[in-house]
Amino acid sequence: MDKGLIRRGIRRCSTGQFLAWLTPWVAMLGFGVLAIGLCLVKGLNQTNMDNRFAFGLWIFLDLTIIALGAGAFFTGFLLYILRREELRAVINSAVVIGFICYSGAILVLMVDVGQPLRAWFTFWHPNVHSMLTEVTFCITCYLTVLAIEYAPIMLKNRQLRKVPSFLVFEFELHKVMPVFAAVGTFLSFFHQGSLGGLYGVLHGRPFAYREGFAIWPSTFFLFILSAIATGPAFVLLTTWMVSKVARKELVRKNVYSLLAKISGWLLIVYVGFKSIDTLVWLNRTAPLSGVSPIRFYAWAPFDIWLLFVEIAGFGLLPALIFLSPARRRSVPWMIAGSLLACAGVATNRFVMTIQTLAVPTLKFEPFMLYYPSWQEVATFLFVVAYGVILYSLSFRYLTLFPQERDLQH
Amino acid sequence: MNTAHKPKARYGMVIDLDRCNGCGGCAAACAVENNVPPAAPKASDRTGLTWMRIYRAENGRSFPENRTAFFPISCQHCGAHTPCVSVCPQNAVDINPETGVVSQIPPRCLGCRYCMTACPFHARYFNWSDPEWPRDMENALNPDVSVRMRGVVEKCNFCHSRWQAAVAKAAANGKREIDPADYVPACVEACPTEAIAFGNLDDPRSEVSRQSRAPNAFRLLAKLGTDPKVYYRSDRDWVRRMGDTDVAYESEASRG
Repeated sequence: MDKGLIRRGIRRCSTGQFLAWLTPWVAMLGFGVLAIGLCLVKGLNQTNMDNRFAFGLWIFLDLTIIALGAGAFFTGFLLYILRREELRAVINSAVVIGFICYSGAILVLMVDVGQPLRAWFTFWHPNVHSMLTEVTFCITCYLTVLAIEYAPIMLKNRQLRKVPSFLVFEFELHKVMPVFAAVGTFLSFFHQGSLGGLYGVLHGRPFAYREGFAIWPSTFFLFILSAIATGPAFVLLTTWMVSKVARKELVRKNVYSLLAKISGWLLIVYVGFKSIDTLVWLNRTAPLSGVSPIRFYAWAPFDIWLLFVEIAGFGLLPALIFLSPARRRSVPWMIAGSLLACAGVATNRFVMTIQTLAVPTLKFEPFMLYYPSWQEVATFLFVVAYGVILYSLSFRYLTLFPQERDLQH
Repeated sequence: MNTAHKPKARYGMVIDLDRCNGCGGCAAACAVENNVPPAAPKASDRTGLTWMRIYRAENGRSFPENRTAFFPISCQHCGAHTPCVSVCPQNAVDINPETGVVSQIPPRCLGCRYCMTACPFHARYFNWSDPEWPRDMENALNPDVSVRMRGVVEKCNFCHSRWQAAVAKAAANGKREIDPADYVPACVEACPTEAIAFGNLDDPRSEVSRQSRAPNAFRLLAKLGTDPKVYYRSDRDWVRRMGDTDVAYESEASRG
């Protein structure tokens, strides 16, 4: 039925099969719409957040998917600026994933804030001292860049190519793509950093507060590093997942191996800096605020094991897997490494968001925890469903993996 | 962002914890004065609006050595590196240069709650629900204070409307300075044990200034360097230690 839209020489499942695949995701999308509607109509009393847990599941997952979405800008940077031509095999997929991650995060943020219609106030009377202002500006601009990067991928569709002006536009866009890649890289570096800065500047929260360089706390740099280290691993992971679902090879093995190698080197650098930062924080920064840091971990759910798991289990271990040439010849090892690396960035964002709020500041306040409501979970499932649907449509009708046609013959 | 500028006056409080019996009169008076709505259905002590909140602290000993103190905590109106001011993305939090009072501007607030995350005193509250008053109770609202809408943050402002009224009265009498007796926040007025002193900390003749310099006076989380303008007093050592930054052992922690 939709054969005319599919690229020539590419095998895709039947329309019926495709619709059957989409059905559960559309159902999940509908469930999410219900939850979002409740939050927007009735207010944030639909969530389990409270005055202590002013940030919750949504902010934690937003930060995680924005970090994972870093694969888009970083792959663009490696391809267009550093000329790693092998990555042309995954750049389109990375851009689509980046677009999904960023647009999804912004969508959840719009539900998360109490007065979404006032979002434009940040542009009208911005507080230039706030990390959140910087995040808002950069994420908005970068989503625009991602939309521009997405455009030529869409315009390459078999039917859209028939419109001559689209073809010219797409050709012209391609010529300036390195410029957008550079702009995207600049914007992304800053907002990934500022997302880390959000917590690092909180001098009222000794658990989160970090010293740093000039106006930037160390978390600014650590968030950039962890995002660019995990981004390629996430591109690797998603490419593998798509190839499993589609039951075909999409890229050559050397692409997986290159992504793993890049991720490995960056992870090892990240683990090094993160370890130094943790030691400085435990031995200098926190004591200067009058806190014995071991007390941060005096509560079982967030015991010191979490710190070791984050740095060693989800940082050092995947780095060592990726840096071993033997492991890089094995796809299962690379997938295991990618899963660990992605879990690492999620753990880090969890610790910075949730554990920061769980640790009390006043001596007569207890440690606290919060459990998200079904509306919070369903709102996030909406983003997952939206991502899967948009990616599925893009995979079916657009060229996300240029090597796919050669590999199937 | 360094917010340590010199205001014309520096209003602050001293709360004598040895006098406070935790009756909650200050919190009730605050809610009435500032049109804080009654708790929404299903609201908990974690989602309510309590500009002035009474925390209970215990010395951690067993009977008969166990002792209790009550800490009335409102916004501490930090004077240096004010955590909430620097983080707000749209300048909805400001320090009044006339009074040093940290003010919240609800009509400009996005409801992102970053300021709540930044505040070490947990003194900021979010409107999780639409504010609703029982029928006819709306007639008792204070006409000088705007009610806030759902989805914004609010907190103590040292009864700003009373300061405005005092300024207006002084102007009507041709004076530039207000009479200190004309500006007294509702909590101070309501305290039955007169545990709260209020006034200009920079005025060496004021009672609040004198008390803030007393040897048994201290501030909460002073090591964080936020220069709070709310002081506490107690002759009991263990109560004064409660103001330290160190995170509590769970067994010591108790909550009001």
